[in-house]
Amino acid sequence: MKQDHIDKIKEICKHFNNEGGELINVLHQTQHYIGYLPAEAQELIAKELHISVAQVYGVVSFYSFFTMIPKGEHPISVCMGTACYVRGAEKVLDEFKRLLNINVGETTPDGKFSLTALRCIGACGLAPVITVGEQVYGRLAPDDVQTILDQYKN
Amino acid sequence: MADYKYHILICGGTGCRASKSEQITETFKNVLAQKGLNNEVQVVVTGCFGFCEKGPIVKMLPDNTFYVEVKPEDCEEIVNEHLVKGRKVERLLYVDPENKQRVSDSKHMDFYKKQLRIALRNCGFIDPENIDEYIARDGYEALANVLEQNNPAEAIETVKKSGLRGRGGGGFPTGLKWEIASKNHADQKYMICNADEGDPGAFMDRSILEGDPHSLIEAMTIGGFCIGATKGLVYIRAEYPLAIKRLEIAIGQAKEYGLLGKNILGSGFDFDLELRYGAGAFVCGEETALIHSMEGLRGEPTFKPPFPAQEGYLKKPSNVNNVETFANIPVIFNKGWEWFASIGTEKSKGTKVFALAGQINNVGLIEVPMGITLREVVFEIGGGIKNGKKFKAVQTGGPSGGCLTEAFLDTPIDYDNLLAAGSMMGSGGMIVMDETSCMPAVARFYLDFTVEESCGKCTPCRVGNKRLCEILDKITEGKGTLEDLEILKNLSQVIKDTALCGLGQTSPNPILSTIDHFWDEYLAHVTDKKCPAGQCKAMKQYIIDTDNCIGCTACARGCPVGAITGEKKMPHTIKQELCIKCGACYAKCKFNAISIK
Ligand SMILES: Cc1cc2nc3c(=O)[nH]c(=O)nc-3n(C[C@H](O)[C@H](O)[C@H](O)COP(=O)(O)O)c2cc1C
Ligand code: SF4
Ligand code: SF4
Ligand code: SF4
Ligand code: FES
Ligand code: FES
Repeated sequence: MKQDHIDKIKEICKHFNNEGGELINVLHQTQHYIGYLPAEAQELIAKELHISVAQVYGVVSFYSFFTMIPKGEHPISVCMGTACYVRGAEKVLDEFKRLLNINVGETTPDGKFSLTALRCIGACGLAPVITVGEQVYGRLAPDDVQTILDQYKN
Repeated sequence: MADYKYHILICGGTGCRASKSEQITETFKNVLAQKGLNNEVQVVVTGCFGFCEKGPIVKMLPDNTFYVEVKPEDCEEIVNEHLVKGRKVERLLYVDPENKQRVSDSKHMDFYKKQLRIALRNCGFIDPENIDEYIARDGYEALANVLEQNNPAEAIETVKKSGLRGRGGGGFPTGLKWEIASKNHADQKYMICNADEGDPGAFMDRSILEGDPHSLIEAMTIGGFCIGATKGLVYIRAEYPLAIKRLEIAIGQAKEYGLLGKNILGSGFDFDLELRYGAGAFVCGEETALIHSMEGLRGEPTFKPPFPAQEGYLKKPSNVNNVETFANIPVIFNKGWEWFASIGTEKSKGTKVFALAGQINNVGLIEVPMGITLREVVFEIGGGIKNGKKFKAVQTGGPSGGCLTEAFLDTPIDYDNLLAAGSMMGSGGMIVMDETSCMPAVARFYLDFTVEESCGKCTPCRVGNKRLCEILDKITEGKGTLEDLEILKNLSQVIKDTALCGLGQTSPNPILSTIDHFWDEYLAHVTDKKCPAGQCKAMKQYIIDTDNCIGCTACARGCPVGAITGEKKMPHTIKQELCIKCGACYAKCKFNAISIK
């Protein structure tokens, strides 16, 4: 792990008084900073908070918000909430899988795109909805997928 | 809002932000500045107006003009016409789908006519980042009164008599819950707000947090005073960054005004509020799991009793309520319990917020009195089914609920009627489905969700739901048998009876309810290997009708796997063994030559 990451994690733990009860907050901030939670980061956090690595890993693997693989440069999330599902989200997701040639939870080999499914971002009026980074795209049909990807290709 | 002549309210809810409402705000500010109008006109970013289908929404005060589907390019015209010349921009007004008339005031729209806003009273009316606007609408008055009366038992009695029941799903009487918590003595108690909102397709809690965060703060403080808790915790989804930001701003302002913190309003009562973040686990909405998650542990439920009121956060007595439940509290004190109890049905008082979504014309967030019928919701407020299709079912209660069919359209909606119909109120997701929805596939969708979200602690839920899911996979792939249907029914019952927490106990509901109401559709899948709704890919075939095909090649060029062959100007054919059933050819053909079997 890079030294600045090590320093930052220690700083985050200290900010939360190195208390085991603050584990989830610590993980949130660490992931926000590094982008994901590699094994070494989890070991360091366990040490700093005086808890077992198993407990840290147990929490990281329990919550879907935490990830152990780096996200792509452009993380794509397809909403699979009910409102989006009944308006055809599965077809949109299939098209992303097909064009990127990856599955949900994976990142393209060039590191450009990663694909996740999430549940309801509260824009059901625009269903089906996807996000690329912070940008939301709504009222999508499978045909739109290529156009969206093209915007991020270069 | 006294100093300005006009106000422009712009929806800052998630739906409208997704269609550029932030740019609209910026553009308005620029145009107003250019014209030197920024001292006369105030731009206010509000929470969701509810009518997300027609977003982005811009509302003009004082004349209540309601502009829909506004684009950043429209701002200049609105300023020039509406504000300078006093003429409404007709083309941006809502068109009534029935009589094609333009409607300028939202109160005359079918979408709003039958709504009654209590929990959402301020959403879309005030700037959620400005405490003065909340105060101007009677904000913090209830808290001031409760503290002045200084009689927690009396205040709890008011909540009890109002008949308010928990809006988080279970419908437990809120006053009674507070009473129990107030009677457990400890050196520290906690007032907890469940803002985990896990039901996919429901976003009412989010709208309240984003549109009216002070009502939650006020209600939690009142609740804390009633049960004797000096600490409040809001467990909020990390996926809701805007809600988190607005709640943080509101907490800061409330502290500044002496409405939170030490010695609130000089009463001697201390109350602090902190946020705790969820991390994307549906089961954490269950209160014992939520409490474990707040303690930094895996969010696994534990057996009740002990209930949180006995042993909650850090083993101290704790009271958990939902966001929408809290949002009702200040109004009950301001307008009186008699007023609140006069709304709704015998055992379900007040209103309920629903997230209306799916194959319906007006998708959005609605608040209606308990006792309204499904017909009124779907066909009047919701504007009926999209594209003139036929109504099939409404799913309520999310992954724990069930389907309501045509037969239920005229039954009053309340907690007990929904339960009797094999569904439940849940948090208020209302997904409308038309004839093209395949019910076994819908059931599989929910089971997929449960399997993914099961915490794995108990076997019936961890293993049982997985089996249910596999059987539904078989059925939707055209490989199911009659025996599978029997297994589905029996196993569902076993899981319901033996799972540890509410998640597992309710997870088979979507199956049982669809089997109940749509048995024929299940039969068609297993005996005829047909999907009547034409959704199940495996049972679908795309076929080119050689009589209609003129050989334009459009379909062949659009097919992603090259499954279509044929000479130009000659009828084409589909190689079924290559076809992945994507439907692209069907969409491309302009000559009605492709059909689905
Ligand atoms: C699996 C499961 C998920 C739940 N999710 C939520 C939720 O997202 N939000 C919520 O307020 N209550 C949820 N509940 C209900 C809570 O356990 C609890 O009853 C509720 O927060 C109490 O508040 P109320 O009485 O104000 O409704 C869930 C329950 C179960 C079993
Ligand atoms: S029913 Fe499911 S979610 Fe609940 S405790 Fe058992 S495994 Fe966990
Ligand atoms: S359904 Fe898709 S894969 Fe099959 S023939 Fe048509 S375009 Fe090709
Ligand atoms: S698009 Fe229609 S008309 Fe054209 S070749 Fe295909 S089936 Fe024939
Ligand atoms: S279900 Fe997709 S945004 Fe709500
Ligand atoms: S998000 Fe704007 S009306 Fe709902």
